[in-house]
Amino acid sequence: MKEIPLQAEVKAPKKFKVSSLTKTRKRSDYLWAYLMIAPTMLGLIIFYLWPIIQTFYFSFTEWGAFGQYEWTGLDNYKRMLEDTNLLKSFKNTGIYIIFTVPIGIFLSILVAVLLNQKIKGKSVYRTLYFLPVITMPAAIAMVWKWLYNSDYGLLNYLLSLIGIKGPQWVSDPKIALYSIIVVAIWSGIGYNMVIFLSGLQGIPKMYYEAAEIDGAGPIRVFFKITLPLLSPVIFFVSIMSLIGAFQVFDLIFMMIGKSSTALESTQSIVYLFYQYAFVLNDKGYAAAIAVLLLIVILIITVIQMVLQKKWVHYD
Amino acid sequence: MERTKQLVTSKTFLIHFILIVGSVAMVLPFLWMILTSLKTYAESIHVPPVFIPKDFQWGNYKEVFGLLPFFKFMYNTIIITELRTVGQLFLCSLAAYAFARIEFPGRNFLFLLALTVLMVPGQVFLLPQYMIMVKLGWLNSLQAVIVPGLFSAFGTFLLRQFFMGLPKELEEAARLDGCNHFQIYWRIMLPLAKPGLIALGIFTTLWSWNELMWPMIVNSSPESMTLSVGLSSLQGQYLTNYPILMAGSFLAILPMLILFIFLQKQFIEGIAVTGGK
Repeated sequence: MKEIPLQAEVKAPKKFKVSSLTKTRKRSDYLWAYLMIAPTMLGLIIFYLWPIIQTFYFSFTEWGAFGQYEWTGLDNYKRMLEDTNLLKSFKNTGIYIIFTVPIGIFLSILVAVLLNQKIKGKSVYRTLYFLPVITMPAAIAMVWKWLYNSDYGLLNYLLSLIGIKGPQWVSDPKIALYSIIVVAIWSGIGYNMVIFLSGLQGIPKMYYEAAEIDGAGPIRVFFKITLPLLSPVIFFVSIMSLIGAFQVFDLIFMMIGKSSTALESTQSIVYLFYQYAFVLNDKGYAAAIAVLLLIVILIITVIQMVLQKKWVHYD
Repeated sequence: MERTKQLVTSKTFLIHFILIVGSVAMVLPFLWMILTSLKTYAESIHVPPVFIPKDFQWGNYKEVFGLLPFFKFMYNTIIITELRTVGQLFLCSLAAYAFARIEFPGRNFLFLLALTVLMVPGQVFLLPQYMIMVKLGWLNSLQAVIVPGLFSAFGTFLLRQFFMGLPKELEEAARLDGCNHFQIYWRIMLPLAKPGLIALGIFTTLWSWNELMWPMIVNSSPESMTLSVGLSSLQGQYLTNYPILMAGSFLAILPMLILFIFLQKQFIEGIAVTGGK
């Protein structure tokens, strides 16, 4: 995600006299261009761009039982300030992000670096690590819930073999969020690993050869060569993971029951949004939460963009 | 010499050791899913656990089909995934070609508009999208999931990158031969952008197959449910009957699994492409 070159080939020769032939050609160019972008642009405007404006508008309204709504100014935003549930959902999402993003990135770099060595069976490993990526989160949540089952789950059985009484992984409010975090990390490694692996393969061999001649050890090579040269990819992955982690929903929705004691300590911002919007029919407030989420993500992305100058090396 | 050789083998051993431990962690849940799906209920809650069921209970799978219109779910999901993928590939590549290869007034502005969509988290669109569906009377229909999914800022952006990398001479020659832009796009550019198309195709397929929230919001009747939503409703009904739940889960992931086994290279390269650009 370097800067996006918006003007690719603007510098067409302009010295020629514009004959009527090129003029008609230009006009037909425009026509073709508009025709070709029309379906996508119209779709994006109707289903995505206009809804952004509408959500902003809705965030200043309150909804009645029959779909009617009225302007209430900043009421929804004022209500947020006193909403302890919302505050908790931010805290939960924050904890989720702090653990899943760095640990996920660390583990996927580790796997990618190991798979980048001269070893046998690379493609088998790669396939196995990639399996969770193609698996439906709803199914992932289901099988992990079963593994976590406190009475009959495999995990607690394995723990009992070494004399530990396993906890109630998904219903203990203190632990449930961390149980979800483990699943999230588990299911995300393969995706980032593939991206890191292609990043690693893009590092020119000569750097490593030079390091070998200098007699640098593997640890030193990793920190002095691999990591700096991989930093643009790490930056990209960290931005994408962060944005993704902010929107965590599926795993929580599937793993934590609607009446679970652990719901309060696990529900994320998006879970709360879903509740208000589509279960409680409090759509104005839900819109305000969506707007808040947008603003927070934008701010954090901007901060990351600014910080990147300090640690990301571009050639 | 002998020492370095030893060092190398112990290093390879360590690498394999770490990778194998990871692989076991990756595969174990899937293995447990399959094993559980073949157990009787009693076996599934036996302590200590029964690892290999005494008789494989294929009946569990039959039961899933009896409990829910699972075939219908699968059919719905396949139709949705297919149409979204094909539609996106066509519409995104069309727009991407124009953005990348034709100069026209308002190009940068319109492209920025499309990029805005890319920056905004999905939840911001959901409420108004839902209301559009209500207005159109599309709740509980497949098009409620298909139509908004035909348009993708991400896909347009991704493919534009591909088209921009292609040499200009190609289209100049074609223009001299009297091809119009659609012909250039269709005959020359599209075949050359194949890696990008494959990447987008795989990305969209995975995404539509696995998506939960939007299909759950708009389609709550079994007639139009997708597998993801079907699974969550299965969980609601058979809270503790894990053999049934695991059989359902395995059925839901099986088509993607088969696709992945056949198209491994494309899957992995496709994901690498979407991340690397």
